[in-house]
Amino acid sequence: MTILAIDTSNDAMGIALYQDDQVIAEYVSINKNKHSTRLMPAIAQLMKDANVEPKTLTKIVVAKGPGSYTGVRIGLSVAKTMAWSLSIPIVGISSLEALSLSTKPLQQLVCPFFDARRGLVYTGLFNADGEAVIEEQNILMEDWLNQLKTIEKPIIFVSPDLSKYQMLIESALTQPQWLPDGFHISRPGLLAIAGKDRQGDQVHQLTPNYLRLVEAEAKWLAAQEGE
Amino acid sequence: MSEERGTYILAIETSCDETAAAIIKDGKQVVANVVASQIESHKRFGGVVPEVASRHHVEQITIVLEDVFKEAGLSIEEVDAIAVTEGPGLVGALLVGVSTAKALAFANQKPLIGVHHIAGHVYANRLQDEFEFPLLALVVSGGHTELILMREHGDFEVIGETRDDAAGEAYDKVARTMKLPYPGGPEIDRLAQQGDDILDFPRAWLEEGSFDFSFSGLKSAVINTLHNAKQKGVTLNKEDIAASFQASVVDVLVEKTYRAAKVHQVKQVIVAGGVAANRGLRDALTNKFADQPMRLSVPPLSFCTDNAAMIGAAAMIAYQKGQRAGWDLNANPGLDLEMYSQR
Ligand SMILES: [Zn+2]
Repeated sequence: MTILAIDTSNDAMGIALYQDDQVIAEYVSINKNKHSTRLMPAIAQLMKDANVEPKTLTKIVVAKGPGSYTGVRIGLSVAKTMAWSLSIPIVGISSLEALSLSTKPLQQLVCPFFDARRGLVYTGLFNADGEAVIEEQNILMEDWLNQLKTIEKPIIFVSPDLSKYQMLIESALTQPQWLPDGFHISRPGLLAIAGKDRQGDQVHQLTPNYLRLVEAEAKWLAAQEGE
Repeated sequence: MSEERGTYILAIETSCDETAAAIIKDGKQVVANVVASQIESHKRFGGVVPEVASRHHVEQITIVLEDVFKEAGLSIEEVDAIAVTEGPGLVGALLVGVSTAKALAFANQKPLIGVHHIAGHVYANRLQDEFEFPLLALVVSGGHTELILMREHGDFEVIGETRDDAAGEAYDKVARTMKLPYPGGPEIDRLAQQGDDILDFPRAWLEEGSFDFSFSGLKSAVINTLHNAKQKGVTLNKEDIAASFQASVVDVLVEKTYRAAKVHQVKQVIVAGGVAANRGLRDALTNKFADQPMRLSVPPLSFCTDNAAMIGAAAMIAYQKGQRAGWDLNANPGLDLEMYSQR
């Protein structure tokens, strides 16, 4: 089994190779808005270094969002095309779930989130098995924290945008927890491991997990309902 | 590849609202051509919404690829290179195609070629008619109005371009003011066939000898006429407005193309881009060049609008020149044709 994992859904671009029961290569680079030029060269280099030929890949795992619309599409376009062209399975994993994986050893409720601007976040609540306790959504952080207040168990927060919301979280919840610095970036190696035993998605049906309608579409739908 | 087998290029085009793939043999023969149009989806917005276009592309792209290989009866191993539109166009839309092409080329270790969208429109003509140089191309679409002089394959000199709106853009805006259904261009063309040029809209000839265009004055004149009529409670005949507007656009396009063809003594004149599907324009050009020594080529209707066959045709020239893109190929929404020409 040789897995290529790809995550370009947010500012950190991550790719990893998993082979013979271990992550054999991993590359992470914070390169906002540069995923298009950097992803393929990075994949080519990583595979060359690990001596893995494209034809020997047996599975692709991809972070399918939420995050940057463009970033998500770059990752999905590359992942879907490689999987389709090599006739191998593809597994799409939520970028929020991918982010939550680094808290797994703590066996706690985890709230991963990404900033979605104007006070909004992409977030959800997961248990230690990666199952959603509260569905993923695009929501105002204030409203989200009000929901979390009703949860009795301690919640650990993980996010590359933590500093932006840390004070708000502290003022809303009694005992929020977070990992130390350096643990708030999605690890592509963990993404590969999370996807290795999962059944593949239908490649043509695998679509980005935007969690948000296009503005024009939302307006159009609202107008339809008004009629 | 062996001489007798020929060269097969798989091309991908996602610069606007068509997800397209094609396989072209030797730059001239269409082996397979698939276009998934999004027009039905964008209709409700009255125009192309870039984010919606990008979302459709990523949903459609592997389906379109599968269809094109099925239609061709070929496998990816039998393809010699992968080509893709790198610009100009909508950046988010282009990125889906570029990412896909890179992944396909990398996974199968094939050469990768980036193609200029307008070069593609020009080369759509080569799918039916071999080029004769010097050649003049009139490119008219929603985003472009250009006169391009070609002295040899892959060499593009822009000798005239619009200073404001593209012809297709003027069509869209006038159609919107006339409250015609989207897309407005074909609708105006249809109405124009039934009307007469009686409103005497202006023709922008610009300075003596200029091959540039300007359509914003005409657009304003049409909008003002409609507005004034409405205020006075007068109902104008839709067909006559369409016919008068179209006559003004077509007159300028045809006359400037004719003059440029004379000045540069070209052997062939070709028309390209979405507006090349316009009947009024096709008929007027055909009449104008009927007794001229240079040959006029107009692409079949299906190759006027965006498609990947034209990208494959243009890519063949780049392939023969040995041009290869790296894995860092990016979408370039403002890619310049003359810069591309100098590669
Ligand atoms: Zn076009």
